[in-house]
Amino acid sequence: MERKKADEVWELRLYVAGQTPKSITAFANLKKICEEHLAGKYRIEVIDLLENPQLAKGDQILAIPTLVRKLPPPLKKIIGDLSNEERVLVGLNLRPASC
Amino acid sequence: MAPKKSSLKEPLVLEKAQTGIQGLDEVTMGGLPRGRTTLVCGGPGSGKTLLGMEFLVRGAVHYDEPGVFVCFEETINELLQNAAGLGFDLNELWQSKRIFIDHILIERSEIEETGEYDLEGLFIRLDQAIKSVGAKRIVLDTIESLFSGLSNFSILRAELRRLFRWLKEKGMTAVITGEKGADGLTRHGLEEYVSDCVIVLDHRVANQITTRRMRVLKYRGGMHGTNEYPFIIGSSGIEILPITSLGLQHSVSDERISSGIPSLDVMMGGKGYYRGSTILVSGTAGTGKTSIASKFADAACRRGKRCAFFAFEESAHQILRNMQSIGMHLQPWVEKGLLKFYTQRPTEYGLEYHLITMHRIVDEFRPDAVIMDPIGNLGDVGIIPDVKAMLTRLVDYLKSKSITSFLTSLTPPGASLERTEIGISSLADTWLVLRDMEKEGERNREIYVLKSRGMAHSNQIRELLLSDRGLELLGVKVELEGVRTGSAKASQEIADSRITDKNE
Repeated sequence: MERKKADEVWELRLYVAGQTPKSITAFANLKKICEEHLAGKYRIEVIDLLENPQLAKGDQILAIPTLVRKLPPPLKKIIGDLSNEERVLVGLNLRPASC
Repeated sequence: MAPKKSSLKEPLVLEKAQTGIQGLDEVTMGGLPRGRTTLVCGGPGSGKTLLGMEFLVRGAVHYDEPGVFVCFEETINELLQNAAGLGFDLNELWQSKRIFIDHILIERSEIEETGEYDLEGLFIRLDQAIKSVGAKRIVLDTIESLFSGLSNFSILRAELRRLFRWLKEKGMTAVITGEKGADGLTRHGLEEYVSDCVIVLDHRVANQITTRRMRVLKYRGGMHGTNEYPFIIGSSGIEILPITSLGLQHSVSDERISSGIPSLDVMMGGKGYYRGSTILVSGTAGTGKTSIASKFADAACRRGKRCAFFAFEESAHQILRNMQSIGMHLQPWVEKGLLKFYTQRPTEYGLEYHLITMHRIVDEFRPDAVIMDPIGNLGDVGIIPDVKAMLTRLVDYLKSKSITSFLTSLTPPGASLERTEIGISSLADTWLVLRDMEKEGERNREIYVLKSRGMAHSNQIRELLLSDRGLELLGVKVELEGVRTGSAKASQEIADSRITDKNE
């Protein structure tokens, strides 16, 4: 039985390193994009690597900020402050690249 | 930071981190610059990863400095396997928290870049790694991978600059590796950020033989040899031949040592060779070069000295047997450990291998004399100028240790006798030439002293006789009270009617 796409909850993780302007911008941008395209079916987890440095390894985080689309698969990583909405949508596979 | 009072008398001492890598600490005069970054660049397979790994492993094992190895391209398993092949148990070092290995994976396909970012995540990761073992050393192999994974090069460059400053603040002695670029030392110009030390590794295959060279291109604040140093990757890691061509500074000895052939000693001022000098015996095939070399070995061992005999053409067994037939018994010296044969066909390995092996043997066995018979064969494996350069360095090294070196060289048929295959006659202090002469249907051997620096020597050409009684130069008077040659000999002949006529 195929799960309807509408039921999928997106698990998104935003990796930051403390409250920096880039991180604040990224979070704000992310919220905006999620409300617009994934209303009601997303969950954002913010991971501050300054508080939990050991978590950088698991998702192989090098750049800050990094947004990781954990669910639904495939895993995607988007780095930067997410100010380029188009690229974020492409990166999240919410919009095909050709558009 | 409070400014230091500067004093013109105080030299800036750059501290060095010993590498423990065979020959590298000599070349860098102490090791890599401590608390700074060294760039090691070269083509694929040139040994960069190995150098980094050895630096780390030996740092942990010999110098009590824990380290972090960050690999970007190899997997951890590959790294462990390669290390194990050289006798490094990385697993054990990992368990005992002396080494930490981190694998940073950058999947370009996974990454989308959407605005401003920095590489703080990398810094946090490295910081974690360093803290986990209290690392003093770190290797990043190869940080250029960042350029393959991320496309904003200006951010990358800025962050790399920041990274090297950060490593320096932490007092880390770092080695970063870089792949050789088309122009410039590395593909992405890492050398622009690393101004403290740059090592270039070169790796070529010619005639199916691998040739490796290392060069210290830059070493800020410290002296270093500016030459190219040959090296090999041996069974326990990198081995560099550390001798430079700075030579010509060694003190010379006045002491004379016998050639083992009294009548030959007569030709050299009555006393023989200078200790610590370089003797060359050249001649066409079968003229007795190995015999003269062996007699020299015999004489040295007789005096209780150690002799290393590098034979590139015959086996030890052959030489012992042949010498036996001319009344020379070398076996007892072998048994006493005074005479050691090292036989290896040059064509099996590259020139560096032979020279490095000889160097190591000289260090371990500490001979007083070294024989190389014949050096011409080394020309088979190297390009002639290369061979000459390396032989020069080796001979220089021997001289600096007051080790007498004895080289034989085969004169090719038809060539002038006073020509050596590699052109190393200038290296020799004493040069004996052997030749064949046909006389009345017989083939006789003749010998003469072409040159012998620092001593009066005979200009006579003498017949060399090899018999079961040994070697003898005919027509040379050897007497107990003294020796006479040339015109003095003639006077002696007239005066002394009891002289045995050896010419029959």
